[in-house]
Amino acid sequence: MIEVTGLHLRYGGVAALDGVELALRPGEFVALLGASGSGKTTLLRSLAGLEFPDAGQVRIDGRDMAQVPARERGIGFVFQNYALFRHMTVFENIAFGLRIKPRRLRPGRAEIGRRVEELLALVRLPGMGGRYPDQLSGGQRQRVALARALAIEPRVLLLDEPFGALDAKVRKELRHWLRGLHDRLGLTSLFVTHDQDEALELADRVAVMRDGRVVQFDTPEALLAAPADAGVAGFLGDAVPVECEVRGGQAWFAALPPVAVEGVAEGKGIAFLRPVDLLAEPGAGEARVAAARRDGRGVRLTVEAGEVLLEAVPSPGWVPQRGEACRVTVVAARVFPRQDGAGRA
Amino acid sequence: MRRRAALPGFGLALGVTWLWLGLIVLVPLSALVLRPWELGLAGVWASVTEPRVLAALRLSFGAALVAALVDLPLGLLVAWVVVRYRFPGRRVLDAAIDLPFALPTAVAGLALTALYAPNGWLGAPLAAMGVTVAFTPVGVAVALAFVGLPFVVRMVEPVLRDLGPEAEEAAAVLGATRWQAWRRVVLPALGPALVSGVALAFARAVGEYGSVIFIAGNRPMESEIAPLLIVARLEQYDYAGAAALGLAMLLLSFACLLVFAAMQRRLRRGMA
Repeated sequence: MIEVTGLHLRYGGVAALDGVELALRPGEFVALLGASGSGKTTLLRSLAGLEFPDAGQVRIDGRDMAQVPARERGIGFVFQNYALFRHMTVFENIAFGLRIKPRRLRPGRAEIGRRVEELLALVRLPGMGGRYPDQLSGGQRQRVALARALAIEPRVLLLDEPFGALDAKVRKELRHWLRGLHDRLGLTSLFVTHDQDEALELADRVAVMRDGRVVQFDTPEALLAAPADAGVAGFLGDAVPVECEVRGGQAWFAALPPVAVEGVAEGKGIAFLRPVDLLAEPGAGEARVAAARRDGRGVRLTVEAGEVLLEAVPSPGWVPQRGEACRVTVVAARVFPRQDGAGRA
Repeated sequence: MRRRAALPGFGLALGVTWLWLGLIVLVPLSALVLRPWELGLAGVWASVTEPRVLAALRLSFGAALVAALVDLPLGLLVAWVVVRYRFPGRRVLDAAIDLPFALPTAVAGLALTALYAPNGWLGAPLAAMGVTVAFTPVGVAVALAFVGLPFVVRMVEPVLRDLGPEAEEAAAVLGATRWQAWRRVVLPALGPALVSGVALAFARAVGEYGSVIFIAGNRPMESEIAPLLIVARLEQYDYAGAAALGLAMLLLSFACLLVFAAMQRRLRRGMA
């Protein structure tokens, strides 16, 4: 469906894309996850024909896109700031892609009107066609941008930080709605995000980008279970890096009990510990409860072990108190040999 | 009871505004409006409908309009280059745009005259092609276009900057050609600012004196502008006649600006 091979792009002296490889299957919903400056927006813009790579290939449906200008790619693109046409009504914004078609392909007036009304209903903005973008809320503008992109009936939808400018509640609602829309319309979608929750929750597969490269491309489960390197491990799942020493098939910590690890070279290492990897129980031990807070998901427990603060899961039935001594068991850990730059994504 | 407003100081601000307008604009203008009537209604009418006056008014307003319309595409292009491209010397160019503001207009007039005179750098090749610029109405329009350009550039520039390249990119992704993106997205968004710029350039051009009188040649009935005629009447102690001509210019200018304002309202309609 979408195949990217060996894509390079330099801005001035800096490599924004440094050999990107990526292949999307039809109907997939894929997240491009990475810190800012990792090249994810540049990659998205290259797919849309808004950036021109120095080397490499973009193929869509098997066709090389190098000589195809943006306007002929037929891709739906939602910009980070929506880029709505401010002097046009919502109706005219959505109709734009239809009105500018060459005469022989352009639907009639009535047909355009019908299609726009359909799209307005689809993005749950019926009757809003007469408004101007300035008169809409952020979430509404976002949906207008989406409707405008869908008007040309694209098979590929690209979204640049689609939820970036929205508040937390609207963002959660829109996420699930967008995923539903993708499934219903049978689109192949790629969205850029720096929010790992968003990527892991929504996408079929997540491509993690760093320094202009896709460092790992896998399902959310596989990413969490087997991060490709320390950078990915540090970026995902709220993992805290803790120094350790690998000896005899076990990782030894300064202030935590050892845990079995497989296939890691002996010597200094760095372990990434997520909240679910740590079980805390009451009783005399080397750790202490630093904070315990109740929220909608239960008790959130932070323990202090040696110098490090770690989130941990409390054993069932225990109501932890601040300052209480406790024992921490390391259930699992992803350990990588220590080197400079570890923990960066 | 007075309603409280979130933005305080309305009364004070409005008071200062009226006082300022009154002292600086309305009092002098009312003198202009009152002065000519010592000639009597018929006298005023005769004074402003002399063939020489009509020709001067036609040249002043006609050349101002032509100049403003020439400044429209030129100013748009300059604003475009300054906003969208990064190139060595951009800051120098940006500063140079305002030079017509800073230059004493007489200096600009002398420079333009030297440039376009039949033996000047531009005048000589143009003369060889059979075009005379200096000392003709064309010269008047050239001088007026020169002083008006910064207005268009400076009105369009912030709007263009604010529009950003995203709107054009969005149009391109939706299937628009360059021309369609310009025609349907960029120009309508810039419309009100373009009209403002043209109106300002026009208004400045109508009243322009210093930069025009050298290049115009000031031949009665041909290349004599209305402000020059006012000065000529003042020099002959014909104060009422000068005021009558001034009043005519005032009314014509006001009518023109009203038309521009109406155009702008139409272009802006519905935009918040």
